[in-house]
Amino acid sequence: MTKKMIFAGFGGQGVLVMGYLMALTGMRQGKNVTYLPAYGAEVRGGTANCTVVISDQEIASPVSSSPDFVIVMNNPSLVRFANMVAQDGFLLTNSSLVHGEVKRHDVTKVPVPVNELAHELGEDRSANVIMVGALAEATGVVSIEDLKEALAYTGLGKKPKVLELNRRALEVGAENARQVLNKEKSA
Amino acid sequence: MKKIFEKPKSLKPNVMHYCPGCGHSIIHRLVAETIDELGIQERTLGVPPAGCAVLAYNYFDVDMGEAPHGRAVAVATGLKRVLPDHVVFTYQGDGDIAAIGTAEIIHAANRGEKVTAIFVNNGTYGMTGGQMAPTTLLGMNSTTTPGGRDGARDGAPLDLTQMLAVAEGSAYLERVTVATPKHIRQAKKAIKKAFQVQLDGLGFSVVEVLSPCPTNWKMSPVAAYEWTLQEMTKIFPLGVIKDITGYDEK
Amino acid sequence: MLGEAAVRAGCRYYFGYPITPQNEVPEYMSGRLLEVGGTFVQAESELASINMVIGAAMAGARVMTTSSSPGISLMQEGISYLAGLELPAVIANVVRGGPGLGNIAPAQSDYFQATRGGGHGDYRTIVLAPSSCQELCDLTMKAFDLADKYRNPVMILGDGMMGQMMEPVEFPEMIDLADLPAKDWTITGNQGRPSRALLSLLLTPKVLEDHNYKLVRKYDAVTRSETDWEEYLLEDARQVVVAYGTAARIAKGAIKRVRSMGLKVGLLRPKTLWPFPSQPIKELTRIVRQLLVFEMSTGQMVEDVEMAVAGQAQVHFYGRPGGVIPTPEEVAHQISHYYYQAGLMDGEDEAKRRGGVA
Repeated sequence: MTKKMIFAGFGGQGVLVMGYLMALTGMRQGKNVTYLPAYGAEVRGGTANCTVVISDQEIASPVSSSPDFVIVMNNPSLVRFANMVAQDGFLLTNSSLVHGEVKRHDVTKVPVPVNELAHELGEDRSANVIMVGALAEATGVVSIEDLKEALAYTGLGKKPKVLELNRRALEVGAENARQVLNKEKSA
Repeated sequence: MKKIFEKPKSLKPNVMHYCPGCGHSIIHRLVAETIDELGIQERTLGVPPAGCAVLAYNYFDVDMGEAPHGRAVAVATGLKRVLPDHVVFTYQGDGDIAAIGTAEIIHAANRGEKVTAIFVNNGTYGMTGGQMAPTTLLGMNSTTTPGGRDGARDGAPLDLTQMLAVAEGSAYLERVTVATPKHIRQAKKAIKKAFQVQLDGLGFSVVEVLSPCPTNWKMSPVAAYEWTLQEMTKIFPLGVIKDITGYDEK
Repeated sequence: MLGEAAVRAGCRYYFGYPITPQNEVPEYMSGRLLEVGGTFVQAESELASINMVIGAAMAGARVMTTSSSPGISLMQEGISYLAGLELPAVIANVVRGGPGLGNIAPAQSDYFQATRGGGHGDYRTIVLAPSSCQELCDLTMKAFDLADKYRNPVMILGDGMMGQMMEPVEFPEMIDLADLPAKDWTITGNQGRPSRALLSLLLTPKVLEDHNYKLVRKYDAVTRSETDWEEYLLEDARQVVVAYGTAARIAKGAIKRVRSMGLKVGLLRPKTLWPFPSQPIKELTRIVRQLLVFEMSTGQMVEDVEMAVAGQAQVHFYGRPGGVIPTPEEVAHQISHYYYQAGLMDGEDEAKRRGGVA
């Protein structure tokens, strides 16, 4: 199994952290992983994206032009990356900010209003972690439990209170993804 | 028979290649005497420049490591950081230290590197054939300033040592000359003090030595020594430029 | 990671100047060297940093500097001196797009500069080209050993992608500096021996000529013993891609792709760019007639490949300069283009391809 994914959004949305958390979780499960960030020269407000590959085999290229999963946190990223998703892949969008329509019927679309969900959770900055929870639930690439463990080894889990909050954020994301996918199935 | 004069231990017996009347040989001797008197020959490292003194390793009987033109204090920084108990000195000309190596000398001074720079100012690029140096006086002839150095065209002489005074890490800066025996004795005192500053870990030290170059100045040695004392000191006045040591109060 | 590998290889002195995309290294070293009792100096320029490296190497230390393309250009004077003075030092170039200020994206446009010397004079720099984070770690450790063994500067040629990518890495144990062979040529004071001078100034032409030939003998020894490369799926290959570093990773992805369509394509990846693996490339021409050189430049290593095959095979080139990162898909497209053009498909392959597509 080799899964390639691209996370994209504005700098400051925690896009690189999402990829880092995913790669770290994969690594802790004994998989081969690569994490390749790409960002503009500015530290805040520019575009940011990163490519993560998780695989049972040796990873040849850390670059991908047809990722299995694309996670889009803002509108410009939708335009840039939506068409790259491989057939039968997943397109997760931050539906709080992303409103454009994607005319693809060969991929599973998972809109998650992460900003609203984060606000409800009481921490606006947890939007990115909610999205990672949704990604894990929708694709099964790693489990929520594994993510929860890995969180403790990132900047998101340094303080017990923050770690607890982010673990809840993963569950919120997973729950939301379940609802979206069930709705899609029954539709 | 009583020996009343001998070659310093820290000078090799080689015959120097310097031109008749050149100040380098005197300055070499003063540095070597200093090393002898402080008893540091076995732990002294020298960094010669590109320029007339490029062959200084043939004369100083201490370990020497060559530097690219202008980079002597950067090389000295590397040496001293690895061997902090050693004594590291650079020997640089005016083109080396005040033109191509300006950035290196200013930042070495600012970091307070515990090294000593012997800065030989003769107002000309000696080895390459007498071109204008940053320290060439206004009106002075050089092979690249036909009709003499013109401030509007070529800029005015640069007082590098004065510039180094504002750097926080410079501990001791003095300008001397070897134009007369009396001045030579003063130069020796300054060089010895600069090495002492390094031994005491007080910071960066520079001794600028005004030195005649009869060949490129196209003067007799006697006239060149006279000119050094009379003309050069007008633009580059002799004396202590900065001294935080407090040695003289003791 | 480069920094940690260097520390574990016994590097205790680092001199550098900020430049993107390699600032992670000096930032890491500034703290890490404090922990291990080393010295970090942020120099006033790359000129100063490389000359501080010269000084530390003269005193016998394991020393490193890192920079990116424009900064490495500034260091060329010092690298020439390191080679002439026969001083060991490690220099990493995290290559960015050029010429001029260029950009900060990954590129491979400094191949000529790295492998041809870059500075003045008849000299060679050993050039290592890692293509994964683990290899970056391993080759950094090896770089210090090679530098000491041959008393020669060693350059690690990476790029921004290598600089910022993360992969799991197993770090080797920290070496014990006391285990390293003593250096009998350093300048550490003349106690108990005659004074020593480290010089590259050799005014007598015959003496400098002898020095040059001595260097040549050393470079020959390096070529004989240290040339290194990786072979990937060469056994049945009809076309071989030659690529190094990041480009080789992308090429591997492309080869996996075309292999699934039945194209028999392999990869030869130089791990040392100087010495260049000319011999294995020459030997390839006995079994393949088609080589595709792929670089993130307008074509530099391709000249070495052409020299190696000496007309015995067709050498094609594909490159993307300027910091554009090509995708495995576009490289796969190039591979299959030349593959079909040369008529390398046989019946069996063709059937498999059609089957695969249907």
